[in-house]
Amino acid sequence: MKLIDKMINCTVNGMDITVEKGTSVLDAAAKAGVHIPTLCHLNLHDLNAVNQSANCRVCVVEDENSGRLVPSCSQEVYDGMNIETDSLKAVMGRRTSLELLLSNHPQDCLTCIKNLDCELQSLAHEMNIKEIHYQGEKMKHPIDTTSQAIHKDPNKCIMCRRCITMCNDVQTVGVLSPLKRGFDVVVATAFHMDMGDTSCTYCGQCVSVCPTGALAEMDASSKVWKRLNNPKKHVIVQVAPAVRVALGEEFGYDPGEISTGKIVSALRRLGFDTVFDTNFGADLTIVEEAKELVDRIEGGGPMPMLTSCCPAWVQFIEQQFPELLDVPSTCKSPQSMVGSLAKTYYAEQNNIDPEDITMVSIMPCVAKKAEAAREELSVEGHYNVDYVLTTRELARMIKEAAIDFKTLRDDSFDQLLGESTGAAAIFGTTGGVIEAASRTAYEMVTGKELKKVDFKDLRGIDGIREATIEMNGTKLRIGIAHELGNARKLLEDIRDGKSHFDAIEIMACPGGCIGGGGQPYHHGKSEILKKRAESIYKIDMGSEVRKSHENPMVKKVYKDFLETPGSKRAKELLHTTYSAKERI
Amino acid sequence: MRVESLDALKKWKSKIPSTDTKSIRILACAGTSCLSSDSDLLIERLKEQIEKRGLDTKVELVRTGCVRLCGQGPLLLMEPEEIAYVKVHLDDVDEIVEKHLENGETVERLLYTDPKKNEIIKAAKDMDFYKKQKRIALLNCGSIDPWNIEHYIQNDGYEALATVLLEKSPKDVVEIIKKSGLRGRGGGGFSTGMKWGFTLQEKSDEKYMICNADEGDPGAFMDRSIIEGDPHALIEAMVIGGYATGAKEGLIYIRAEYATSIEPLRKAIEDARKHGFLGKDIFGSGFDFDIEIKLGAGAFVCGEETALIHSMEGLRGEPSTKPPFPSQKGFRGKPSTVNNVETLANIPVILRKGAEWFASIGTEDSKGTKVFALAGNVRNIGLVEVPMGTTFREIVFEIGGGHPEDKDIKAIQIGGPSGGVITEEFFDTPIDYDSLNSIGAMMGSGGMIVMDEDSDMVEIAKFYLDFTQDESCGKCTPCRIGTKRMYEILERLTNMEGEPEDLERLRTLGENIQSSSLCGLGQSAPNPVLSTMEYFAEEYEAYAYRTKKTKYSIDAEKCIGCTKCKRVCPTDCISGDVRQVHVIDESECIACGACYDVCPKDAIIKP
Amino acid sequence: MRKEILDTTTLDQEGLKKLDAYIEGLRGNKEEQLIHVLHHAQQIFGYLPKNLQWYIANQLNMPSAKVNGVVTFYSLFSEEPRGKYTVSVCMGTACFVKGAEKVLDRILELTKSEKGKMSDDGLFTVQDVRCIGACGLAPVVTINEKVYGNVKINEVDDIIRRYKRGDQHAS
Ligand SMILES: Cc1cc2nc3c(=O)[nH]c(=O)nc-3n(C[C@H](O)[C@H](O)[C@H](O)COP(=O)(O)O)c2cc1C
Ligand code: SF4
Ligand code: SF4
Ligand code: SF4
Ligand code: SF4
Ligand code: SF4
Ligand code: SF4
Ligand code: SF4
Ligand code: SF4
Ligand code: FES
Ligand code: FES
Ligand code: FES
Repeated sequence: MKLIDKMINCTVNGMDITVEKGTSVLDAAAKAGVHIPTLCHLNLHDLNAVNQSANCRVCVVEDENSGRLVPSCSQEVYDGMNIETDSLKAVMGRRTSLELLLSNHPQDCLTCIKNLDCELQSLAHEMNIKEIHYQGEKMKHPIDTTSQAIHKDPNKCIMCRRCITMCNDVQTVGVLSPLKRGFDVVVATAFHMDMGDTSCTYCGQCVSVCPTGALAEMDASSKVWKRLNNPKKHVIVQVAPAVRVALGEEFGYDPGEISTGKIVSALRRLGFDTVFDTNFGADLTIVEEAKELVDRIEGGGPMPMLTSCCPAWVQFIEQQFPELLDVPSTCKSPQSMVGSLAKTYYAEQNNIDPEDITMVSIMPCVAKKAEAAREELSVEGHYNVDYVLTTRELARMIKEAAIDFKTLRDDSFDQLLGESTGAAAIFGTTGGVIEAASRTAYEMVTGKELKKVDFKDLRGIDGIREATIEMNGTKLRIGIAHELGNARKLLEDIRDGKSHFDAIEIMACPGGCIGGGGQPYHHGKSEILKKRAESIYKIDMGSEVRKSHENPMVKKVYKDFLETPGSKRAKELLHTTYSAKERI
Repeated sequence: MRVESLDALKKWKSKIPSTDTKSIRILACAGTSCLSSDSDLLIERLKEQIEKRGLDTKVELVRTGCVRLCGQGPLLLMEPEEIAYVKVHLDDVDEIVEKHLENGETVERLLYTDPKKNEIIKAAKDMDFYKKQKRIALLNCGSIDPWNIEHYIQNDGYEALATVLLEKSPKDVVEIIKKSGLRGRGGGGFSTGMKWGFTLQEKSDEKYMICNADEGDPGAFMDRSIIEGDPHALIEAMVIGGYATGAKEGLIYIRAEYATSIEPLRKAIEDARKHGFLGKDIFGSGFDFDIEIKLGAGAFVCGEETALIHSMEGLRGEPSTKPPFPSQKGFRGKPSTVNNVETLANIPVILRKGAEWFASIGTEDSKGTKVFALAGNVRNIGLVEVPMGTTFREIVFEIGGGHPEDKDIKAIQIGGPSGGVITEEFFDTPIDYDSLNSIGAMMGSGGMIVMDEDSDMVEIAKFYLDFTQDESCGKCTPCRIGTKRMYEILERLTNMEGEPEDLERLRTLGENIQSSSLCGLGQSAPNPVLSTMEYFAEEYEAYAYRTKKTKYSIDAEKCIGCTKCKRVCPTDCISGDVRQVHVIDESECIACGACYDVCPKDAIIKP
Repeated sequence: MRKEILDTTTLDQEGLKKLDAYIEGLRGNKEEQLIHVLHHAQQIFGYLPKNLQWYIANQLNMPSAKVNGVVTFYSLFSEEPRGKYTVSVCMGTACFVKGAEKVLDRILELTKSEKGKMSDDGLFTVQDVRCIGACGLAPVVTINEKVYGNVKINEVDDIIRRYKRGDQHAS
């Protein structure tokens, strides 16, 4: 087809514009510089996460040719279309829908977790709503706080169904569905079961797209404040790789701004006694995982080996593919490794009773909250990690403590568990874990130095990627998937004996942890995720050491405490087990 | 036995024993209404008696679908004179057999009395009810045994299909249907030929022909009667539609509530398969087509075509935004044609008699006939098929016989919950798509409810809104919350808790719901309210200004003191001695209307 | 609640076998035929308790939330046990204008039940339904398969009393 056939002429508020066939009215208007409000619409098309159910109706505009209102988010322009976005009819239509939503909404902004970060609230502001003309019965559902990770307040739901798109179409977990119909519709779990009873993976993707406070993280900050204020407790904190490229957004920095030093400094100001780096745990994970991979290849263990640092993904395989539980690596996640060593090695070295240690993690992730509560992840009755705060919760604590983030000086992590490499940094994005593991495995297998550490084939944003790495003549075939729906495809192949991979990295969130459910809201802009990923690779590039096994502190821990990778002690402290769970 | 060619079909037809050999043919209605009055027992008994008395050589008993005068059921039509026996009871059978069948006498007491002229009418064809009707969609309905495929064959069944498959290209068929001017009877009124053309145009090796038999409008039973009374017509039409659009699979989506319609339909599909009208290589033409039945499960919105498709896919029946239209992306994402039952029932007839013939019936832009389910405060309740362009007055007063007690008819509700009311001043409007649009009403699927002077239009509007807000799928904001808010306002009003501002609220809200809802349900949900607000503003105002009288009272001029009302009043709020004027204590009256119903002198004044 | 949902031993095992056989016999995409499976299951078990819905979800390899979403969308599916007699009062327009609402109220009163909920004696579930296509006989009430047309408010007592006595065929 010639380009000319693919182009369409239309007018927006009297302006003539030419757009490609298939363009939505919304995008056409944007091209003409006209903004149309939206609410239910979610367009992360490069991540295959598109919610186009056209149900909120706050984006309607008038098609002057037919005199009808059309939803601009999902209506494609046609040749000769004459769009009026600010006709009285269109404005009234949009306003009425918004007022109706508000008439069925608890107006709790002041105490709402979404205050000032809420799309409904901003819309009410944008549309200058000063009075709600229709009042009546409101939804009344119990608030669900039964899961470790997700706070669900159906009364704040506006039925945009973004969460349903994420949970069903993107993640293929299917925990959420609309139940009932008409005014009684509610987005809920099957049978209104407690979230904690469902097969929710706690990936938090529903949370990350929910425009309102209907879905949010279970906020642990008040518990953490309590520990911080208890002088008897030695409160340690650790910071995940993806947090440092995102937290800045909460304080007005551009997406991708790296604020590691300020974060450490803020944490000290908040009163944490010791500030560790989860990246240290990531390096350790790589060393253990690479060892396990090499052992499996050599010893004919179950193949392929799957990474295991993403708890949502672990939960997913336990529920959806219980027959495949021997394929994930047995390595604990980096946060658990840090926690585990903090309460053993660090405690021992500093003569602190592990009982008095509180381990807090700052994570991009809500699933980590549930992970921390897994019994498998405890040593001698002590949970590896006691509390998990998401990036957003940390930002709120910093604001609450009236710390002026922008003026903070850069600070550095504490030892013993504060040193890390570029390999650890890239854990935060899809493909990073397997790239880091490849760097180490290569040297373990070949005994030769890896000169070119950048495996560019492993990077990118496609949902499923693959690459082959040459090691001493043997080829290591690597698969990568992010988003659980993509993971499902790879797992089905493994189950059906069709997989040709040796190692697979899986991350539950779009883009990996940079797109985690606990990160500052991207409000549907996937460029934000790309910026964060770029910064992650920038940290790697700027690191002196870029291979995990060369992390001097990692070497020291093995020398002082763990002996060798895969040793009995390492197995006890750094590895875990999985168990099948009913899918419900 | 498979029928392989048009000749074979004609040969079969010629061999079917003609009923002319028997001197009496009884058409016994087994439509839903009549069945509900135990017409099956009646037919059973008739059969027994005929056999017992050895009358089977001269009497043929045919168990038919609805013969349309449902309000008078169970019905027996005795051919050849078409003598109609109405409200026949089981106990009447023996008398009918003895007198009519054995002795050739008419059972006078079972004849129909013309309610207006108060005279007995013997033959159906002389009744006003039937005189003005014209049957196309209901051609065989009520005249043949739907369970017997031979009856259909005898009435030229499957001939249109044979001609189409053997002599015409899909494009030819589309052109014929376009030329006939047939428009969708499911409510939208879109040109059927054009719709078929769109699907034909699409390139896909998988396409579907879908029959919408959801018939969700409360008070409508046209489609049901066709399915029960003439299922093969539907099947024939679907194969033709499949051929014309390039679909090899047909689906009939039928509401599960229509349990008794599903059986004859299944049987008809099986029979059609057995004889090669469905399946592989139909009529040796190389065309394959088969039909599957899909059940609904109680959701009005599933009549909307995109919702219907989702429901057939095993999902919640929620509509999706159009475009894409089903003809582009329908069942399983493939091009699909969705047609209403009545629309399809016209197809074989059009192909047999020609597009010109069909186009000669009706009005400029609306061709053919339309079937209405006439109900409410009208004498002759039943199915009415009339040429487009017939007026409301003709239907209600001539065919329908007017109000049973000759009260004033205040309004006619048309189009069910998506429609509006027609008031007296518009009773002479010819019924066709465009005239209805011009008076702010719509054809809808064919429910027509007659309302008398006693009807409270605000209550009626509330009833419809209760229906739509209950049936809203809940997907989009204006319909999910908006119809609820409208309902709440109406409830406030009727509870005398409203305020004048509520009227403006209702109107703006209604207009915005109309313009911004996602599907036809929401877009039309406010119609009953907005149209009654327009024509019966004073009734709304009476509520809004709280001037509405809600309690019953007694007209002292008329009361003769019979005490009847006093005896039935559940709250004992009527007082008065025998032969004295009675009085109602309005503070105690709960407006149950019991007194009103019993008063012999019409002395009770309804609020 | 998790336990209760996962426990299918409380269901009639013969019934489950019948349901399995039905699902087994389905051709093509089974998930697509969920509504038919639910109809069938409701026919066997009378209603669709949670554990049955979970069981069906598992058999069709789909999330139970999706099954529950469908069950709660359609008014013919019931998550609650139903009485021996289902009394359906038509609330179609034709019936409404002929006083169906009063008939419904009276029946609820007589059966001492709430709309859609089984009466305490386990005999009745009273519900309103949309037009059943017998408008000629409005108002219409059906009790199980039996249809009562032109129902007058004073006849209701009689009809219900007969069912209470177990004498449902006397019409
Ligand atoms: C809420 C709603 C309910 C509908 N119900 C029915 C129905 O019960 N039967 C029907 O044939 N069409 C119904 N329709 C219309 C269908 O969407 C569709 O237009 C029709 O089946 C097309 O067939 P036709 O062109 O032959 O009329 C309904 C539409 C809406 C919006
Ligand atoms: S969800 Fe948004 S609008 Fe609702 S209370 Fe919270 S901040 Fe306010
Ligand atoms: S914005 Fe208004 S309501 Fe909110 S806190 Fe300020 S004064 Fe109060
Ligand atoms: S956290 Fe993930 S799995 Fe759980 S409901 Fe949300 S999207 Fe679904
Ligand atoms: S919970 Fe949030 S994302 Fe889900 S439908 Fe409601 S408002 Fe939308
Ligand atoms: S990808 Fe990262 S943020 Fe997302 S669930 Fe997994 S660990 Fe958490
Ligand atoms: S208009 Fe009503 S029925 Fe239609 S999609 Fe919206 S909520 Fe559903
Ligand atoms: S309407 Fe009912 S309560 Fe009122 S007076 Fe008449 S019988 Fe009595
Ligand atoms: S029934 Fe009528 S006539 Fe008789 S006492 Fe009552 S109002 Fe008077
Ligand atoms: S944003 Fe378009 S309908 Fe919601
Ligand atoms: S059902 Fe018998 S006349 Fe309509
Ligand atoms: S309205 Fe009651 S049967 Fe049709």
